[in-house]
Amino acid sequence: MDKLLEVSDLSMQFGGLRAVDQVAFEVGSKQIVAVIGPNGAGKTTLFNCISGFYSPTGGRVEMAGEEITGRPSHKIARKGLVRTFQNIRLFKSMTVIENLMVAQHTRVNSRLLSGLFKSRNYRRREQEALERAHYWLERVGLLEFANREAGNLAYGQQRRLEIARCMVLEPKLLLLDEPAAGLNPKETSELDQLILGLREENNLSILLIEHDMKLVMGISDHIVVLDQGMPIAAGTPDEIRSNERVIKAYLGES
Amino acid sequence: MNFLRVKLVDATLAALLTALLSIPILGTHIISEPGYIGLEWDGWKVFIAVALVFSVRLFQEQLRPLARVTHLMPDMAPALRFTQNRRLVMMLLLFVALIWPFFSSRGNVDIATLALIYIMMGLGLNIVVGFAGLLDLGYVAFYAVGAYSYALLSQYFGVSFWLALPLSGLFAASFGFILGFPVLRLRGDYLAIVTLGFGEIIRLVLNNWDSLTGGPDGIGSIAKPTLFGLEFSRQAGAGGIPFHEFMGIEYSGMYKVIFLYLLALALVVFALFVINRLIRMPVGRAWEALREDEIACRSLGLNPTNIKLSAFTLGATFAGFAGCFFAARQGFINPESFTFIESAIVLAIVVLGGMGSQVGVILAAIAMTVLPEIAREFDQFRMLIFGGVMVLMMIWRPEGLLPTKRPVMEMPHG
Repeated sequence: MDKLLEVSDLSMQFGGLRAVDQVAFEVGSKQIVAVIGPNGAGKTTLFNCISGFYSPTGGRVEMAGEEITGRPSHKIARKGLVRTFQNIRLFKSMTVIENLMVAQHTRVNSRLLSGLFKSRNYRRREQEALERAHYWLERVGLLEFANREAGNLAYGQQRRLEIARCMVLEPKLLLLDEPAAGLNPKETSELDQLILGLREENNLSILLIEHDMKLVMGISDHIVVLDQGMPIAAGTPDEIRSNERVIKAYLGES
Repeated sequence: MNFLRVKLVDATLAALLTALLSIPILGTHIISEPGYIGLEWDGWKVFIAVALVFSVRLFQEQLRPLARVTHLMPDMAPALRFTQNRRLVMMLLLFVALIWPFFSSRGNVDIATLALIYIMMGLGLNIVVGFAGLLDLGYVAFYAVGAYSYALLSQYFGVSFWLALPLSGLFAASFGFILGFPVLRLRGDYLAIVTLGFGEIIRLVLNNWDSLTGGPDGIGSIAKPTLFGLEFSRQAGAGGIPFHEFMGIEYSGMYKVIFLYLLALALVVFALFVINRLIRMPVGRAWEALREDEIACRSLGLNPTNIKLSAFTLGATFAGFAGCFFAARQGFINPESFTFIESAIVLAIVVLGGMGSQVGVILAAIAMTVLPEIAREFDQFRMLIFGGVMVLMMIWRPEGLLPTKRPVMEMPHG
C-alpha cells in the first residue's frame, strides 16, 4: 500500500504550550484514519498544521512523497488535500450551487478576458463545473436545494454540503473535522455510508477527527489517539478499544 | 408608575440633547448688515425640534406599528424581478435615458451627467465594498488618479480624451494594484484606515507637487472630448471642425452638454455590462466567497491575495474612467475636487443602494446627486438630511434599497 500522507514528528508550539507534540502517522491510499482524543488534545491543531493553516514548529508533512510542511493553505488544497471545519464554514449568503461553483475556482477558466467574452473554453469549463456540482448535490441528497441560500439549510444538510464542496475538487485526501457533530443518529449512519461510499467509489483517503465512537470504530482502518498533544496509542479499532491508556485517558471504563 | 417615570426621564434627556444640538444650528441667525454682524435668537424651530423628539421618544412604543408599514414596503421594482421583463424594462429605461435630454433644460442634463459620474464610481466601489467586502475609504484617490492622468497627459503631451480614457483606467488600476499589495493583508477597520490615509496622501501630493500638477491652482483648459474629431465649441481649434458646422446647424451650447451626457451614459452602460459579466464569472463568485469566509476560501485552494487584488484593481479602474470623464467635462481640476467627502458620498451610495446590488447603486447615486439639487433651499440642512436618511435607512432597510438577489442557476439534466 502506498503512502499518501506521511506525518512525522509533527510539533506545534504556542509560547510555552506544546499543542501538538511529536505526532507521527501515515495515511495510505483508500484508507480511513481517525484521530481521537479528549477535548483540547490538539486534534484540530494537528489538522491546521497538516492543511497549512498553521505553520508547524517541528516535523514534516509529506503528501504523495512531496513535502508540504508550512506551505500556504491554498497551495496545499491544490495538491489534493482538502478539509472541512469543526464549525461549518459555508458561504452562507450564497446559494448551495454557488458554494460548489466557488469551490471549483481553480478548475474553471478564471481568466478575465475569456469570461468577459464568454470564450468557448470558458463556457465549456463552466458547464463541466455545473455538471460536477449537479452530480455531487445528487450524491449528498441536496439537489432540490440547489438554489437555496446555504445558510438556510438544516444543520445536517450544511454538513453534507460542506463535504460536497470539498468533493467537487476531486481531492485525494479529505480531512473531516468532527463531521458527525450535531447530527442525529439517523444522519450519522447516513454520514457513515457517505464516507464509505467516497472511499469505494472515488478512491478517496480520509483522515477524520470524531467523538462519535460508533462511527469511528465502524469505519476506521487505523486510529491515532492524542492526549495533551502527544500520541498515546495507535492501531486498529480493536486494539484501541482494549488499550489501557486510551480507556483511562479518553474512552472511560464501561 | 415606575415604567412611565423611566420613559419620561428618557424622553426628557433626549429632548435636552436635541436642545443642546439644535440651539446653535437652528436657533440662531446670523444677521449681517453693513457695519454690523450679529446673532439673532429665533427660538421656534428649536422648540419644534425639541417637542418632536420629546413626543416621539415618549410614544415610541405606540408609534412603532405605524413604522412597521414601511417595513412591509413593496419591492421597489417588482418588474425587475423577472428576467424576461428585466431586459425589456432595462431597454425602456435606456431609451428614456437616451431621449430625455433633448427635451430638457441644460441644468437638468448637467445634473444628470454628474449623477452618471457617481453611478460609475458607485458601481466600481460596489465591487470592492459590496462584493469583496473590503472597506475602502480612500476610493476618491483612484478618481483623482484618473482625472489627473487625463489632465496631465492632455497638458504635457496633448493626448486626446479617447486615448486618455483607457490610459486613465490603466493608471488608476496600477495604483490600485500597487496600493493593494501591502495593504490587503489587513482586514476590516485596519484596511479602512490605511485606504483613508492613501486617499489623503494622493490629494496632498497633488496639492504640493506644484511643478507637475500646478498645486492648489490645478490644471485648466483641459481639452474637451470630441466626437470622431468633431469639436463642440463655437470655433474649432487648429485644424478641427466644429460639430455644428459639420452638421450644418446653428451653434448651441446645448449640443456639448447633451454630448457629454450621452458620453457618460455610454460609459455607465459599458461599466454595467462589464461588471454584470464579472460578478457572474469565477472571479465575481470568488469575491463574494471571500466576503463570506476567507478561511473557507483558502481551504478550497483560492488565493485570497489574488482575489482581493483583482477586486481592488478592477474597482479602481472604473474610478479612473470616471475621473478621466470628470476632468474632460470640467475642463479644470484641482485637488479640492478629491477630498474625503467624495469617498464618503460614494460609499454612502453603495451602502444606501444595498451592498452588492447594481440597480440599488444606480437608484442611490441618483438620489444622492439629484435630491440635493432639487432641495437647494435646504442647502444648509443638507448634511442634516443626509444623516437623517442614513439613520432611517439603517432602521428600516438595513440591507439597502434593493438588496441583492441571488442568481438562480439552471441545473443541467443528467
